[in-house]
Amino acid sequence: MNTAVAEGPATPAEGNYLTNGYSLWSWLTTTDHKRIAILYGLTITVFFFMGGAAATLMRIELISPTPLIMSAETYNKLFTAHGVIMVWFFLIPSIPATLGNFLLPMMVGAKDVALPRVNLLSWYVFVLGGCFVVATLIAGGIDTGWTLYTPYSTRFSHTTVVCGVAGVFVTGFSSIMTGLNFIVTVHRLRAPGLTWFRLPLFVWAIYATSIILVLATPVLAMTLVLLAMQRVFGIGIFDATLGGDPLLFQHMFWFYSHPAVYIMVLPAMGVASEVITCFARKPVFGYRTMAYAIAAIAAFGFMVWGHHMFVAGQSLYASLVFSFLSYVVAIPSAIKVFNWTATLYKGSITFEAPMLYALGFVGLFLVGGLTGLYLASLGMDADLSRTYFVVAHFHYIMVGGSVMAYFAGIHFWWPKITGRLYSEAWARLAAIVIFVGFNLTFFPQFILGIDGMPRRYFEYAPHFQFLNILSSAGASILAAGYVLPFVYLTWSALHGAAAADNPWGAKGLEWQTRSPPPVENFDAPPRIPVRPYDYDPEAAERERR
Amino acid sequence: MSQATQAILAWPAAATPYADRVDVLFWAMTGICGLVTIGITLTIAYFCFRYRRGTQVDRKLPDLAAGRKRSRRIETVWIAVPFAFFLVFFGWGAKLYYAYDDPPRDALQIFVTAKQWMWKVEHSNGRREIDELHVPIGRPVKLVMTSQDVIHDFYVPAFREKRDVLPGRYTVLWFDPTVRGVFALRCDEYCGTSHSQMTGKVYVMSQDAYGRWLAGGDEQPTLARMGFDRFRELGCSGCHGPSSTLHAPSLAGLYGRSVPLADGSFVRFDDRYIRDKILQPARQIPAGYANDMPSFQGQVSEQDILELTAYLRSLADTSPDVPQGNHLR
Repeated sequence: MNTAVAEGPATPAEGNYLTNGYSLWSWLTTTDHKRIAILYGLTITVFFFMGGAAATLMRIELISPTPLIMSAETYNKLFTAHGVIMVWFFLIPSIPATLGNFLLPMMVGAKDVALPRVNLLSWYVFVLGGCFVVATLIAGGIDTGWTLYTPYSTRFSHTTVVCGVAGVFVTGFSSIMTGLNFIVTVHRLRAPGLTWFRLPLFVWAIYATSIILVLATPVLAMTLVLLAMQRVFGIGIFDATLGGDPLLFQHMFWFYSHPAVYIMVLPAMGVASEVITCFARKPVFGYRTMAYAIAAIAAFGFMVWGHHMFVAGQSLYASLVFSFLSYVVAIPSAIKVFNWTATLYKGSITFEAPMLYALGFVGLFLVGGLTGLYLASLGMDADLSRTYFVVAHFHYIMVGGSVMAYFAGIHFWWPKITGRLYSEAWARLAAIVIFVGFNLTFFPQFILGIDGMPRRYFEYAPHFQFLNILSSAGASILAAGYVLPFVYLTWSALHGAAAADNPWGAKGLEWQTRSPPPVENFDAPPRIPVRPYDYDPEAAERERR
Repeated sequence: MSQATQAILAWPAAATPYADRVDVLFWAMTGICGLVTIGITLTIAYFCFRYRRGTQVDRKLPDLAAGRKRSRRIETVWIAVPFAFFLVFFGWGAKLYYAYDDPPRDALQIFVTAKQWMWKVEHSNGRREIDELHVPIGRPVKLVMTSQDVIHDFYVPAFREKRDVLPGRYTVLWFDPTVRGVFALRCDEYCGTSHSQMTGKVYVMSQDAYGRWLAGGDEQPTLARMGFDRFRELGCSGCHGPSSTLHAPSLAGLYGRSVPLADGSFVRFDDRYIRDKILQPARQIPAGYANDMPSFQGQVSEQDILELTAYLRSLADTSPDVPQGNHLR
């Protein structure tokens, strides 16, 4: 990356954030939100491939209904590691801590986040949490599942549960610091004239996500402390034999972990809104409705956690209310899908890689959302809950949704972040490979769930084998799909052609500055548009001709 | 459902009327969600094709005010229509679940104890089985379930039903099998190393065959009979027995009745209450009695509690088998 300046023709002499110090020390002590974004990006990439390796091993094992390459203990540790790493060390920080960190200050016309040193601290805390997780893996891993249900996690698991829990506990503080920082930034550092309804939807999404991070993460922290106290000191909050209640753990766990789904998917919606409008060259359809929908998802997302417990022994009346509210929270998600579709109408559409990823996101999120309706229905859930149907459903949301959108965003803002172009042909190929591999991996899992195959099964009945082989075959395509961007993006960062300041003709404030941006983001104060997404498809057509 | 769907999906055939009703809901939702998926995908594909850059089509956008007005109208439609469908889905699923929440009063009661990694089943005459459950066709069966260790889940795909099995409390699952056959039973809550081997079979037999099966096997004392032994061994009879001079209630005939409590409220003398009194006697003191019963926490197993409960139930033989309250769901 360091050679960018020498080759970049558009880069004036005063340099940019990448040339502002080349030493490792200059990176490790930076308070520049853009550099912190890159630190986060590199760290979560490591975790993404760790979690991906665990998934790959699981899919190899599941080719056979009987043990193939590992023991049941190893399998149980693998799906736990996969879940813990992918949820807390990849998905939750993915878009907010990388793209959010990089872009949010620029999108509001600020020089940095409101609390730059807290921002750096959050990364160190994140890495510290990651160290606990790596230590847990070296010590042999834990076998509780990422959901850590009691009393298995407190009394029956013989693995290093407390160490793993400590990692999740610590990393929660980095979430809280990041969320707090973004909230303050949006409130205090918006450029003059940049009113709330002139903000891009990405800012709305990151802002709503930050609120969830700040409100929900402390509940997780408390829950994990209680769990550790029970395991170490025998305090019986969740232990039935000591007068506690194991269901209480599930309530507290899902009070965080359901909103956590929206921590993962709201930023993805933000990215999709930016990318789809840009490549359709058309203002987003129903901007205000989209903004309100983000707020509604964040608010109602806090009131649906009980839908994870319909068959867990929760009271009937609680289940009725949670089922109803789960349908309510689906409405704003539906609105967003319709509005993205309508945004394409009368556009001047081109299909660069970010757009392919974003369109893939919409399609996969649609399937993930609709299958969520099954699980929100009490009668259906009593059959499908905890089967592979659930596994497929949430992977459509979190991988098909969030990861696709993360890739859309990485490609879209890559020229801005690195000042270089990636290979469009390779990127389009990867988008298609990932889309195909993803569907082949996870669609058969819907059918497995309907057939009654429970999740977290190391061995399974022989008649499930065909669909499992399909799924494993898809996973091998998906794995190849994920290695591709890693290769061509690394190549681009080192050798890619210099990018113009605004290669996509996008309208956001971040595109008004240089690529890569100067240390303080803008050489001159950015122009604040009267309305966001001021695209004109007719003008785009005239330009072409 | 039909033979064809089974062949395509390897789908377990529905074996109860409830399962049939779940399947109808499933196909209704799948039909609608499938249409929506196809509809939106085709719309996106059509827009992407028609409005790709370079095509000679009308791209004129309405001016801001008119556009906003029109988009409001359109958005109202696509908020209202999905909401209506969601209400139907919610109501349908909730109705099904609600209607099948309360087991019928004449249900055959069978006890299930889960432990890592097996299902222990106990019929009322004392016949026991492991990882197998024999039930008669055409009669509602009510499983009263508890766990000795972690949380498990009793899941029979052919019945389209599952329920968690928790330590320290009872949960109930009931079904009315109408198809004879052998059906897979699977643990569906992760419970440790051999979770995936915690499977079993449910045999749905004719009433006659079930009667023969029940009478077969080794001669076993009934649950109630063993409960009577426990009642004496554990010293319950010292206070609660007819010849006791201590001030403790006689338990004869109490099962299923409403008991007045010291705080003025009432509680039903049922499985849950019996269990609570054995383990945590200081809670819910009956009116007129002192709080002087010791806890048997740690001295009794789940099996002991089952047997004691069966014994106390047998003392109330004249009263109908009262269904369990809400807490058992």
